[in-house]
Amino acid sequence: MNSPFLSARNVSIFYGDKQAVFDVDLDIEANKVTALIGPSGCGKSTFLRAINRMNDQISSCRFEGSLKIGGQDIYDKSVNVVALRAQVGMVFQKPNPFPKSIFENVAYGLKIHKLTSSKTELQDRVEWSLKSAGLWDEIADRLNEPGNSLSGGQQQRLCIARTIAVEPKVILMDEPCSALDPIATAVVEELIDNMRKDFTIVIVTHSMQQAARISQQTAFFHLGQLVEFGETKDVFTNPREQRTQNYITGRIG
Amino acid sequence: MIDFSKHAGFDLSVRTRAEKRFQWTGRLAILLSLAFLGWMMVTIIWGAIGATQSVQIAVSVDLSRVDGQAIENTRFGSIVKTGLRSQFPEVSKRADKKKLYNLVSPEGGFELARQVQKNPDLLGETALIWLTASDDLSQYYRGQMDVDLPEDQRQVSDLEIAWITDLADRGQIRTKANWGFFTNGDSREPEIAGILAALVGSALSLAVCFALSFPIGIAAATYLEEFAPLNRISDIVEVNINNLAAVPSIVFGLLGLSIFLGYFGLPRSSPLVGGMVLSLMTLPTIIIASRASLKSVPPSIKEAALALGATPVQAVFHHVFPVALPGMLTGAIIGMARALGDTAPLLMIGMVAFIVDIPKSILEPATALPVQIFLWADSPERAFSEKTSAAILALLFFLVAMNLVAILLRRKLEQRF
Repeated sequence: MNSPFLSARNVSIFYGDKQAVFDVDLDIEANKVTALIGPSGCGKSTFLRAINRMNDQISSCRFEGSLKIGGQDIYDKSVNVVALRAQVGMVFQKPNPFPKSIFENVAYGLKIHKLTSSKTELQDRVEWSLKSAGLWDEIADRLNEPGNSLSGGQQQRLCIARTIAVEPKVILMDEPCSALDPIATAVVEELIDNMRKDFTIVIVTHSMQQAARISQQTAFFHLGQLVEFGETKDVFTNPREQRTQNYITGRIG
Repeated sequence: MIDFSKHAGFDLSVRTRAEKRFQWTGRLAILLSLAFLGWMMVTIIWGAIGATQSVQIAVSVDLSRVDGQAIENTRFGSIVKTGLRSQFPEVSKRADKKKLYNLVSPEGGFELARQVQKNPDLLGETALIWLTASDDLSQYYRGQMDVDLPEDQRQVSDLEIAWITDLADRGQIRTKANWGFFTNGDSREPEIAGILAALVGSALSLAVCFALSFPIGIAAATYLEEFAPLNRISDIVEVNINNLAAVPSIVFGLLGLSIFLGYFGLPRSSPLVGGMVLSLMTLPTIIIASRASLKSVPPSIKEAALALGATPVQAVFHHVFPVALPGMLTGAIIGMARALGDTAPLLMIGMVAFIVDIPKSILEPATALPVQIFLWADSPERAFSEKTSAAILALLFFLVAMNLVAILLRRKLEQRF
């Protein structure tokens, strides 16, 4: 087994007095898709948002423990949260393109980080990102149209293209398919599978079938605790814990 | 066939009647308010009709002895009086002469001087010159005076009526579109008083007000809404801003009087101070409207930018701000419209002055449109009442225009997300 790329130790997260995540230890390997599953309110999204410190936006939210990416504790005072988020991208539950053109949506991250030195390079990079997100063929001739003129599935792939344009090391996905129809979901799932070779992906999903289809490793959360973590096929076919068994067979959830 | 009106178990007729009753109450309320609005508008427009026309009287003036080099020193007033006397040579009593002179506006001499300056060819001969008539003549000529009253109770005596009839028969009285109303400053004489000075004063004050309150307002709103930590201090600030929006505007006038005039010694009656005081009043409105506008931007847009590694300032100014801007502008314009119509704070800082000259800068004494209305409404001369109505119409026109601009701006700039 490789040394873990992302490792969480004793992670507890609080909203005010209420504890949402209890003492989670989790090791995530590079270039794999790790699914976080569990019933609503089990803390999986909270844990995901802790990985790029989006929880900092919520003033009542407090983090304890250590979370290391590539050996660096991301909650250390020396870590610049802006630099962290450029390396740890995030795709949200509801597609949220900027109210700008398709091109501007993808180019935005490149522009603010000044990752390209010329206009042609910027255009190439946007094209590459849209191709990687499997969106290029559908929208190549309407790059200047507003991003929210696209369909829901296209919007979500636009958000993925926007995220991979800045080439982060980790991509966090918070139920990216929950607002999509089954066909769009299938397209996005295939895309996630393809992205695995370039990125480390952590995905929160409500759908156990989806977790089984796209992930190599699965973590089951229940009531804020990490109940079970392992190879996806083991978790789904041969769970060690009774609670996991109950969840995947539909007895709790 | 099922009879849906007779469902077993409950009676619909009571509910249906309640429904109808409510709808008719609503319609009646709207009708009533529209009727009042219409009534008000008709009254104002009716009152203002007189102000659209000015009455002129032709006086034959002897300009043969005027020195073309010394026009400034010529007493045109007495030339006009001589002209009037030559028209009615039978008038000899001092009191009657005074009445005769009163046919022409007291400003007639200046008017003649201006005409001579514009047209020096008039010099050296006797010419028939159209001059603005006095307000008494105008009122009588337009039939706005009750001639059935006993002579000692009306403004125009029988003698004057005879003169006026005589002049009218000779074609020496005419009515003309009153452009002077838009091009003159205020005057003691209603026949030549205009709103330009007040209009310019209002425009300068509003410019100062906008320049101050818009940047400060949106900066404050953006900081409070997007960056300020949620703690006691920001709570106190928020409560205070909301309270400030409800403070009577005269209080801001007092504040301006004691601080801007008393402490900083800024020029009294100037649009600069007027604009500063008005901006105190509009700031809370702008801040509240801007915050509401910022709040309505979906947080997911900001989160998306942050997740890409944008700094909070970048996320706000690149994405939240452009979406919120139309709403902020609308709030600002509505605040401005309120400022345009407000009188009380301006009274406190001396913008209630009698201003004849058009202010040329924000440091010169000026008055404002609503203050002008206030002043005219207070004047005893009957002719000022039509000026008041006309000035109210002008003010209403600008208010409607500003609100229209606000709506158009919002339509044009609005982005959908």
